[in-house]
Amino acid sequence: MTTRWFGERVERREDERLVRGGGRFLDDAGHDALAAAFVRSPHAHARITGIDVGDALDVDGLVGIYTWDDLPGRLAEPLPLLIPHPDLTHPRTQYALARGEVNHVGEAVVMVVAADRYLAEDAAERIVVDYEPLPPVVGLDAARAAADLVHEDVPGNVAAVTTQELGDAAAAIAAAPHVLELDLGIERSLSSPLEGRGVHARWDAEDGRLRIRTSTQTSTGVRAAVANILGLPDVAVDVLTPDVGGGFGTKVVHPYPEEVLVPWVARLLGREVKWVEDRYEHFVSATHERAQLHHVRVGFDDDGVILGLEVDFWHDTGAYSPYGIVLPIITATQLPGPYRHRNYRVTFTSLYTNTVTVTPYRGAGRPQGCFVMERTIDRIAGALGRGRDEVRAANLIRPDEFPYDFHMTFQDGRPLIYDSGDYPGLLAKVRDLIGWDGFAAEQAAAASDGRRLGIGLACYVEGTGVGPYEGAHVHVETNGRVMVATGLTSQGQGHETVFAQVVADELGVDVADVYVTTGDTRRFPYAVGTYASRAAVMSGNAVALAARAVRAKALRIAADALEAAPEDLTVESGVVHVVGTPSRGIPLSQVAVLSNPLRYSFSKEAQAATQFASPADPDVAPVPDGDEPGLEARDYYSPVRSTFAAGMHAAVVAVDPALGTVEIVRYAVVHDCGPLINPMLVEGQIHGGVAQGVAGALLERVAYDEAGNLANASFMDFLMPYLSELPVPVIDHQETPSPLNPLGIKGAGEAGVIPVSACLAAAIEDAVGVRMDRMPISPPELWALLESS
Amino acid sequence: MTGRSEDHEVVLTVNGAARSARVPARRLLSDLLRHDLRLTGTHVGCEHGVCGACTVLVDGRPVRSCLTFAVMVDGSEVTTVEGLAGPDGELGPVQRAFRECHGLQCGFCTPGFLLLATDLLARSSQPSDDEIAEALGGNLCRCTGYVNIVRSVRRAAELAAEP
Repeated sequence: MTTRWFGERVERREDERLVRGGGRFLDDAGHDALAAAFVRSPHAHARITGIDVGDALDVDGLVGIYTWDDLPGRLAEPLPLLIPHPDLTHPRTQYALARGEVNHVGEAVVMVVAADRYLAEDAAERIVVDYEPLPPVVGLDAARAAADLVHEDVPGNVAAVTTQELGDAAAAIAAAPHVLELDLGIERSLSSPLEGRGVHARWDAEDGRLRIRTSTQTSTGVRAAVANILGLPDVAVDVLTPDVGGGFGTKVVHPYPEEVLVPWVARLLGREVKWVEDRYEHFVSATHERAQLHHVRVGFDDDGVILGLEVDFWHDTGAYSPYGIVLPIITATQLPGPYRHRNYRVTFTSLYTNTVTVTPYRGAGRPQGCFVMERTIDRIAGALGRGRDEVRAANLIRPDEFPYDFHMTFQDGRPLIYDSGDYPGLLAKVRDLIGWDGFAAEQAAAASDGRRLGIGLACYVEGTGVGPYEGAHVHVETNGRVMVATGLTSQGQGHETVFAQVVADELGVDVADVYVTTGDTRRFPYAVGTYASRAAVMSGNAVALAARAVRAKALRIAADALEAAPEDLTVESGVVHVVGTPSRGIPLSQVAVLSNPLRYSFSKEAQAATQFASPADPDVAPVPDGDEPGLEARDYYSPVRSTFAAGMHAAVVAVDPALGTVEIVRYAVVHDCGPLINPMLVEGQIHGGVAQGVAGALLERVAYDEAGNLANASFMDFLMPYLSELPVPVIDHQETPSPLNPLGIKGAGEAGVIPVSACLAAAIEDAVGVRMDRMPISPPELWALLESS
Repeated sequence: MTGRSEDHEVVLTVNGAARSARVPARRLLSDLLRHDLRLTGTHVGCEHGVCGACTVLVDGRPVRSCLTFAVMVDGSEVTTVEGLAGPDGELGPVQRAFRECHGLQCGFCTPGFLLLATDLLARSSQPSDDEIAEALGGNLCRCTGYVNIVRSVRRAAELAAEP
């Protein structure tokens, strides 16, 4: 009887240390390191006319003060453009420290290093920077009007304009029996993990090595960038990812200025240096997302079938564009959702503003696209007087239409082709789960009691598991431990557990014997990172492939030892044995011993691998051609294109028109990410995603004033939800395997957040009968909408 | 910044052990615990008293250690997450429940919730859902949506009641 770990609700390997307070987060080490602090711009847009550090020089414990003028070589150049694209005609990236001009409140101008953080801040607040304010460009309307420019050499504030088209949308709309136009908008928000960013660097002068610990979503990305900028060999730079207290996208940006400045100054001083972001710094210098304005034209027939769709939208990229145009590309290509489109044209303009730079936040452009598509479908249903579920059903791609090719290019530069799915199946499940059919009676009964109930539904498709690749190394040690390393990082997803489950199944060992390391370039130097719901798909398949190679090698070595054929062997509970004869076997730990021919024994067990231990074929080398010592293997998974997960959410809300408050009465999620490695962890991802979705729909927004000051840059004013503000979603799964990867899995990390704004807007609209075209919606805003209608 | 004349001696009991440090008046309790005493299980999420990740028990009651100066707890008994396991290192019921119910993801806010739950169960062995919501309602978590945190606290009450 073989235990199968895939699919089980295995308790997390990570938790033992985390519930003891034994996690190792960035600021949990380096207690004796020097501390860095930053002087940041108080202006959204200004010229720097002078920096006076005189008063700071008297501060006890001050070690150094650095401005752009102090930066050598590549460090004085703009930071890397991470994702170039032919349509990104005017890319701009920031300097590590501002060079003569600042473009958003919070941009780093001066770095101070002192004996501890208290003293570094003492010195920082005595530094006087003189500014000549320039007109700020705040918000998409100002960016589009372009009366003022963020970068004087970027006409119209336009970073990029891109169009993609399937069929002939304009002609299809012109010929359609019904046409609607909509203007829709989503405001700015941010990831806001509970742990901010942080960097700790140590230069080992004797070994000539730089060790960087950073709270990142891509340790290999940081390593390549820092080595390049500082002119060090890649092999002299180690980047270790400690326990990371949440990322949600913002920590995939690299190198942040601090991530290259702290290693540089650590090497310069020959001292450990650490910088830990405080909460204000997180609001004004860690990247934001979401703000977009959309104009939609849609043509449809009497059944609500979409005949043509044209979308023009404007994307706020903030002050700089290090992440290129990936976000608006995701919006443009995920907007079609689970629906059949024959004619679709989308054009977006990415615009600079004097605000914090915009890069992916969980959902990454999809919540906006989903909001636009789902609001459009709801409006079609309203115009025709048909059911919102009915119009969706009429447009859903059928299970027999996969693979479904949109003839467009996805965010990974690969074809936009949905690999598999059962969207009608999801719709049936979500209608059941929320009680769609009985809702009209429920709504009427509530109305007679003076309660205004509404129901909403929203559907999405999410491209997950984007390439280019991930890899893994699996090593069975002679003590029987299975050591697994993969290069991508973890921020709470439970990778140590799910990758151990995959390896345990492949190797036939107990999950407790598998030890997974992520995000340490010393253990696995080739990787991309954790973003875009890709970790389980990419590294999950990579560890499976590497474990399969180890298993094959173990069977080959054991076959020699047992004098059996490899195909007659299996591995169970860590023992390789003849199928049907468990007594004729050899433990994997001993196979590991035999895999490495020894001159010198190091234990009683290891004597079996020494040169006089047993007779050997005199004509065969101890390590034959094509073989390698050690029971280990390395392999990579690189997909031809992304795999597409899907899901549908439905909500019942109660609106209090006197207060403008929205109570979520019920919230239902159906989700299809293929086979679940660990259902408990997938549900956790959905819970957290829905929470961020609800927050983004009803509570959170990044509020800039006209001058470009971030008016709510604290947890007192930015309304991250507590327990009392959130629903407990009911969840159902559907498991449609992907044909694209060995495990058949799809990503799950971002799904929960994607359709929430669309779903709640629909439910609120149904409750109050007022069009919901912009999200988030606060109680005062909803109250004002109701008053004016 | 240590050893200066204006520093203050702080003597306290942390997780049952006598500890002391010389610190400036402005030293936060969170920094005393984390950096002077090297008890890094207490985390700092906002440093303005809203997120509650830094929650510890001072004389048995939950306190935001980021809003408390170290000198204010001179003579007090402080319990941090490191003090929740049994004397033999065995996880306590609240810790076991959070692991069993997947009540944590990144684990950064977790110490604060563990201490709030410990305080709640000390006051009410069979807390109602309203009591749980009241007790945990002032701390922020960005990962879990709180669903499994609430389940964990219910489960912790069961585990604590087991003989």
